[in-house]
Amino acid sequence: MQKMTNSSLSERLHSLFERRILASEELYDCLVIEVAAPDVFDIIQELKSESQLSFNFLTLIGGVHYPESTGQELCVVYHMHSWKHALRLRIKTYLSAENPRIQSITPLFDCANWMERETYDFFGIQFDNHPNLTRILNMDEMDYFPMLKQHPLEDATREDKDDRFFGR
Amino acid sequence: MQPEKIKMTAFLDAKKNTMNPNDNLIHLSNGQVLAKENIDGEIATINFGPTHPATHGIFQNILTVDGEKILNSVQTVGYIHRAFEKLAERRPYNQITPITDRLNYCSSPINNLGWHMTVEKLLNAEIPKRVDYMRVIVMELARIADHLICDSIIGVDTGALTSFFYPFSEREKIYELYEEMCGARLTTNIGRIGGFDKDFSPVFHTKLKEFLKTFPPAFEEWNGMLERNRIFMDRTKGAGSISADRALAYGFTGPNLRAAGIDYDVRVMHPYSSYSDFDFIIPVGVNGDTYDRFMVRQEEIRQSLRIIEQAHNNLPEGAFHGDVPEFYLPDKKDVYNNMEALIYHFKIIMGESAVPVGEIYHSVEGGNGELGYYLISDGGRSPYRLQFRRPCFIYYQAYPEMITGSNISDAVITLSSINVIAGELDA
Repeated sequence: MQKMTNSSLSERLHSLFERRILASEELYDCLVIEVAAPDVFDIIQELKSESQLSFNFLTLIGGVHYPESTGQELCVVYHMHSWKHALRLRIKTYLSAENPRIQSITPLFDCANWMERETYDFFGIQFDNHPNLTRILNMDEMDYFPMLKQHPLEDATREDKDDRFFGR
Repeated sequence: MQPEKIKMTAFLDAKKNTMNPNDNLIHLSNGQVLAKENIDGEIATINFGPTHPATHGIFQNILTVDGEKILNSVQTVGYIHRAFEKLAERRPYNQITPITDRLNYCSSPINNLGWHMTVEKLLNAEIPKRVDYMRVIVMELARIADHLICDSIIGVDTGALTSFFYPFSEREKIYELYEEMCGARLTTNIGRIGGFDKDFSPVFHTKLKEFLKTFPPAFEEWNGMLERNRIFMDRTKGAGSISADRALAYGFTGPNLRAAGIDYDVRVMHPYSSYSDFDFIIPVGVNGDTYDRFMVRQEEIRQSLRIIEQAHNNLPEGAFHGDVPEFYLPDKKDVYNNMEALIYHFKIIMGESAVPVGEIYHSVEGGNGELGYYLISDGGRSPYRLQFRRPCFIYYQAYPEMITGSNISDAVITLSSINVIAGELDA
């Protein structure tokens, strides 16, 4: 069997999903596709079940916050891995900060459970149909989502420390 | 004085197991319903952790037990969460290495070097072959140290304390080798972005040769205490087993996945640091139980030794660091006598190095599985976002499924054999 490369994978994905792929690019040896949030579940399901691609392994789910891009403040990033072709695929989808909702992929991968809880815990992204969407690493009483960029790492009112030269 | 009220949310969750007096059914919080007749003893809720000697780290399991049999388990994690991903967004790249130490602290060098390789990939830096081989030696030493701890702890939890102390004198020699390389033992901060701060010293070479000579017989002697020990086998065979399908669904990687029979190893599928130059075997198990996990780790120790021997015998000549002036601190004597070196020194210390805009995922085979770094750089002095793929965090969620239906004592050895490290679990 011919092993796939990023370019043949890209062709295959475009013929499979057509317009559902909003953008695609190759960033350092990894193919990245952008899809709309409502399509994520179906696309991951097809990627998993399509026998020629067989993206059988979910490596990572995480969030990213881009406060400047209005309407697309939050990004959910899925890393899929096809062991058949030794290829990784990064799937990105953007959500608005007002209503960050997306379908949970726990029915497809059991390991998505805690990764989605962690993403909820730190970014406040709501995963619909998740069996137990509660905070996981932070305490339950916490009333904000700490990885959002508006929360500085250190207390901004501190005067005893000049941080101009360090950090961001 | 009134006793202080302690809020224990997770404990209350587990208490949601309710009994309806009308239909004599017991509703467990995981959705399971049991008829009262099927209960042999009395249903009790017990706390396994957070500070229980058998958890070997701070995390809690609230077990619902029927006599000795486990019906349900609710996990609480996050006791030592230190916000590493948030911290990393404020630190220059070279200051992130000490954070990675504190993930899986049983094999810190793998975390350190994995991070360095991630940044080098972002910079598209060319790294000399000698650095690759040096890294392989250090990472495989770390893997041996990691597996030694895990396997000796399975010994402790099955009641064999001797087998815990035996390998520690050998592990000490690995720590002495770290010390020779970087001055530290546990949280090593070993190496630099671009290579190593110094070459292997003559003492390191002597000690490594000595280790390669004395370790195998000591290891086999220790292994002989457990491997074919009837009591040990009876205790561990069949305990906490997981099928290959379930392990895959739960995102298992590393020795735990290989024990279930799947030969996925990052070193082979995506070779980094010249791993493709070496000849080694990926051991796999069959049943995915505690005994198989033990055996896979033991064999991996032997394979790691083979890799170290090959790397040490064929150590290429050349520089011990790549040409990465933006990140690799120049020699002190150049800093005093050379304008360019002084500028780079200043920029590195102040975290002003130029970083390309980019986005990468890089992974290495850590002690527990695929340790990944997802890095987004916007060209700023620190990462825009850095996410760690922590193997323990992902596979530990399978634990309730692995222990439901077994005895409490099996839950203890299952936990030690999947090698959950609290630092990696909680980030």
